[in-house]
Amino acid sequence: MTEQTQAGPAIVSLEGVTKRFPGIVANDRVDLEIRAGEVHVLLGENGAGKSTLISMLSGLQQPDDGRILIDGVEMPIRSPSHALSLGIGTVFQHNMLVPTLTVAENLALGGRWWQRPRIAELKARVAEIARPLGIEINLGARVSELSLGEQQQVEIVRALLRDSRLLILDEATSMLTPKGIAELGALMRRLVERGLAVVFITHKLGEAADFGDRVSVLKLGRKVGEITSERLRMLERAALVDEIVAMMFGRQAGADVISIPPRAANDDALLEVRELCVAETSDAPGLDRISFAIGHGEILGIAGIDGNGQKQLAEALAGQRPADSGNVLLAGKALDGLDVGGRRRQGLRYLTDDRLGEGTVGTFPVSINYFLKQIGEPPLWRSGMERTREIDARASELTRRYDVRTPGISTPVGRLSGGNIQKVLIARELADGARAVIFNKPTYGLDLANTLATRQRVRDIAGQGLAVLLISTDLEELLSMCHRIAVISQGRLVGIVSNGDGAGERVGRLMIGLAA
Amino acid sequence: MGGFFSDTFLTALLFGAVTAAIPLLLAGLGEQMSEKAGVLNIGIEGMMITGAYIGFVGAYYSGSFWIGFIAGAAGGMAVATLMALLCVRFGLNQIVIGIALTLGLEGLTALLHHFQFSRSYPRLPAAEVTPIPLLSDIPVLGPALFRHHLIVYLAVAMVGVMIWVYKRTQFGLNLQAAGDKPAALDVAGIDVIRTRTVAVLFTGGMAGIGGAYLANVGAGLFIPFITNGAGFLGIVLAMLARGRPVWVLVGALIFGGCLSMTTAAQVAGIRIPTDVIQMLPFLAVMAMLVLFGRRAGLPAALGIPYERGAR
Repeated sequence: MTEQTQAGPAIVSLEGVTKRFPGIVANDRVDLEIRAGEVHVLLGENGAGKSTLISMLSGLQQPDDGRILIDGVEMPIRSPSHALSLGIGTVFQHNMLVPTLTVAENLALGGRWWQRPRIAELKARVAEIARPLGIEINLGARVSELSLGEQQQVEIVRALLRDSRLLILDEATSMLTPKGIAELGALMRRLVERGLAVVFITHKLGEAADFGDRVSVLKLGRKVGEITSERLRMLERAALVDEIVAMMFGRQAGADVISIPPRAANDDALLEVRELCVAETSDAPGLDRISFAIGHGEILGIAGIDGNGQKQLAEALAGQRPADSGNVLLAGKALDGLDVGGRRRQGLRYLTDDRLGEGTVGTFPVSINYFLKQIGEPPLWRSGMERTREIDARASELTRRYDVRTPGISTPVGRLSGGNIQKVLIARELADGARAVIFNKPTYGLDLANTLATRQRVRDIAGQGLAVLLISTDLEELLSMCHRIAVISQGRLVGIVSNGDGAGERVGRLMIGLAA
Repeated sequence: MGGFFSDTFLTALLFGAVTAAIPLLLAGLGEQMSEKAGVLNIGIEGMMITGAYIGFVGAYYSGSFWIGFIAGAAGGMAVATLMALLCVRFGLNQIVIGIALTLGLEGLTALLHHFQFSRSYPRLPAAEVTPIPLLSDIPVLGPALFRHHLIVYLAVAMVGVMIWVYKRTQFGLNLQAAGDKPAALDVAGIDVIRTRTVAVLFTGGMAGIGGAYLANVGAGLFIPFITNGAGFLGIVLAMLARGRPVWVLVGALIFGGCLSMTTAAQVAGIRIPTDVIQMLPFLAVMAMLVLFGRRAGLPAALGIPYERGAR
């Protein structure tokens, strides 16, 4: 939990700040107080208005209403350079370093144009700032050669080089490893101990509870609650999490409701895989004699650390990746000779984890994305001509049935949120004769509400008697919905565990290489 | 009459190569700065022809080549101001605007020339040459390389200046950031629009001087469409050289050499059809693209207008 830190005076205050964009109110009368010596967590789901708030604090955008006060004096933040001169430094979600320049050159950016970049002077100051914080920075390295975590540290140091009093970290953990996240947490702690204010934006509840001195919760552009530092210190972690969840969702609900769909005692295998092998490639592990069977209405989970062959398994089943040997049978019928389209027609469907890259065409309208895999086929296409009315009618129906929140069926799918793109994919893959469905990380990158909705959708699919293969790196997710969980490690299935008491521990042991 | 390797031929070839290379060098160095900053300045041909016309008018009425160059630079920058306003400030498509400016100004300068000079076709006197002591006495190379107008030496010296700007100054860093990741420059507190505008204006000035050189020193008169694609060759040079000014010089000399083949061959009385020789620059472009084009990584944000806060 958080250590005792003495909160100082408010450095920046927002009073009734409102920002509107065409069609939406991104921030609606938000009040916020940012104090020296505190990590102030801004927590909210995707689209809650966190990023807009940050862009106003960093001078990228101006509020339509309300006031921003710096040290108690009203002060509109006109531009990024103005924000810097006021002592507000921002580390954006997508890094703001020039990849072709060295670290030193990046740190020197922003000097007056007639000056020479003062690399030597910089070296001394960077050492002075970075060493007490436990950061090591190689000034001569090109930014494109650094890891994401190292790039972030460079950005933090850059903000401190400019004498920032307030450091804003926007979704700073989204690209870090668990170890990197813990290090960042410790770094924030050291920063506030030196009297800085830190604003930490996240949509992960656990991080808010672990790192925050004060938590403000945003929802649909409004601030719906704040937990002060005094209260935060009093609460136990579990109670704190409950309170934040209540603020975010307006109900007392845990995220991981365990509900495994009931299934009839019908153990005929619907999807069966026998001794499936795929050769290793330079950038991906192979598959080594994978065998499993999934019955009607069964959810089989595939657990494992990311990059152990999950994607290769999904693609080999879907026909996107050639298998060297082994068989895939759907309802007793071999699929081995069939290509992607053939397998799809037999009823084997695959929902990729790369929703926008591989799953949809971002610039195509929602309506066409529903039928991407049927382009050119009757009844939606006749003699090579698109039958617009038929497509639109079906698309509207799917939009309604799958509750896709889109401004219209002609909206490019890339403009939708991740959750809604996922719904478009589900609608497409489940339509017309699906019998077995492969989900690859279906809730990855979704906010909590959409995660829960997607999980329920998967349960419903199994409830209809389809076979479901659910690949996920989130063990809680698998435990909350699977009948059995198989563990994949370096392209091999190292064990299959029936879900129930103690399953989590047994799967966990398998994942780290111990016998169950 | 002499062969390929007679002194006359070599001197004429090299002299012509330098004369033809200078406008390309100026245009290439100018374009290079725009491209570094992320602006694909297709309008450079229009800036060059404007520089040629205004530069000629300036030199003709004042009687001074230097006033001609200053006028040419001002003409190029005037066009560049328009380009910067439309493409950098308002974020319009750089290729469309660039082509429009080029075609429009080729037409406009031809029209102005028609009203002003088409009856008299005035010529300037030959440009005064500044021979470099000692060096200019070397046989063959001396008269070819070291007996030129002062602006030629200045143009070559600009290569050094540009290297210094890119490698040693804050402005050089800002330029590269504006081309590779403009958002990073913006949040570092430097105005991307202003940085790119400066780069485009510089391009205009350099292209204008190049145009003025082409008309005043190279030809001694202005004729419509006199630039004849020199600005476009400058774009090719800048693209091939990526960020390195020295390569612009090397490329300009190769292209210049090809261009001067035509005249030099005539001087030497070599019988190759001129049509074949006139193809040389374009063959050289293609050969250089094949040889070096694949390695020419361009700035990530080249051609993309910057809009603050756009995702």
